[in-house]
Amino acid sequence: MLEALMNLEFEPFILSFKLAGITTLILFTLALPLAWYLSQSKSKSKPFLEALTALPIVLPPSVLGFYILVVLSHNSPVGAFFDEYFGIKMVFNFTGLVVASCFYSLPFMVQPLQGGFESLNKNMLEASYIAGKSKLETIFRVALPNMKPALLTAIIITFAHTVGEFGVVLMVGGSIEGETKVASVAIYEMVEIMDYSTAHLYSAIMVIISFLVLFGVYWYNHGQNRKIGRF
Amino acid sequence: MIAININKKLHGSSGAMLLEVDLHIKEGDFVALAGESGSGKTTLLRILAGLEEAKGTIKVADEVWQDTKTCLKPQSRGIGFVFQDYALFPNMTIEENLLFVAKDKALASHLLELTGLDSLKNRLPNILSGGQQQRVSLCRALMNRPKVLLMDEPLSALDPAMRTKLQHEILALHKEFGTTTIMVSHDPSEIYRLAGRVVVLNHGSIIKDGTPKEVLLQTSGSQKFTFEGELLDLLQAGVVNIAVVSIGQQLVEVVITQSQAKSLVLGQRVRVSTKAFAPILTQE
Repeated sequence: MLEALMNLEFEPFILSFKLAGITTLILFTLALPLAWYLSQSKSKSKPFLEALTALPIVLPPSVLGFYILVVLSHNSPVGAFFDEYFGIKMVFNFTGLVVASCFYSLPFMVQPLQGGFESLNKNMLEASYIAGKSKLETIFRVALPNMKPALLTAIIITFAHTVGEFGVVLMVGGSIEGETKVASVAIYEMVEIMDYSTAHLYSAIMVIISFLVLFGVYWYNHGQNRKIGRF
Repeated sequence: MIAININKKLHGSSGAMLLEVDLHIKEGDFVALAGESGSGKTTLLRILAGLEEAKGTIKVADEVWQDTKTCLKPQSRGIGFVFQDYALFPNMTIEENLLFVAKDKALASHLLELTGLDSLKNRLPNILSGGQQQRVSLCRALMNRPKVLLMDEPLSALDPAMRTKLQHEILALHKEFGTTTIMVSHDPSEIYRLAGRVVVLNHGSIIKDGTPKEVLLQTSGSQKFTFEGELLDLLQAGVVNIAVVSIGQQLVEVVITQSQAKSLVLGQRVRVSTKAFAPILTQE
């Protein structure tokens, strides 16, 4: 057992966490304005945008993966554009995985942030405007510091959800050693070749890390809620 | 001088109504906005603050806040606003709440001293009592030395003793800072104590406008004094009929005639008044 642990290939894990880290960073930047807009909007287009954002939750990953593959492949205008002007190939490599993950994990970033913004006291935000502060300054100095649990939930759940993705990654990235073979894909392959002991080990590591991350989030949120006197 | 001439369609609990206000307020005045809930008081205040849109014009001194072409954002109006629920920033200490508006440490400590919050300046708002939080909110509203101070039922969530205390502080600050103050209030004694002018709204229109004495004191003709109250109970003691009326925080019994007793309905608003009567005032 110990020997198996010593010989363990850690690259799939590193790849998984690298992918999750980059995806979370990109999504945070993109989702923040979107979540803010959705939380403040009374526009008729809001339900449309909300439905579009939530789509990756209900769609089978294979459907999402298929469309991303179709759009990003060099046969499509989008794929051809990136290939021709930037020399970037978008499928069966790490870049493709990042793009796919951003679509796949979008709702997990947007929804907690939107919920956090919506739960804030509207008068508090208005007090900040009246104090002469712009929307941007209000978001960073008033809104975000007063919704730390939602902020943390958004970031951690997005990260964890990206680590846990499988179907989309397999469709868009395949299984290229050191490039697109993330932990979940590696485990799938080990089961395929009936290497159950390594599969066990990989899976156990995933379970432990995932639990610790989630436990950390809930523990922190519990402490935050107590601090601001919610219970 | 503040010149307000605005209108806005509202969809309140009592259906659609038109808020239509044409109002001129002198600089340095303390004006109370009164009226039943849903009459448009808060909306009018929010329109003045730039938090809600409306048609029409708002001019303050020689500055145009709103007309057909421009509409200043709340950020550019330089007002102070006190919310009913305080709306403090929970992530900042008391002093930081004030300094968020303007980095003027001297003014912040002056205001905190005036309101007796000096010793609490490094604490977070959520440990303070309601009265203390509203004081912070009041101080924060004055940090940019506003020409216009707007208050939306600032004291309605506080107990009567705390209200009286804060009324004095509000008046003192209004005078010191020379603000033109507009306050939404339901409390006649509060209005009487603070305001120099009362504007009463009903269904979006001004129905009364005058000094608190003219508007609030409701004696007429030969009546010596009048109280408005709610009829709580009708009792019969022998041949006498008695009505129990709740006036303010007090209950009183009034002898009424048999025919009155028949026409009255419990819960009804009634007026208790008396004529040719020399009230005796005794000290408590």
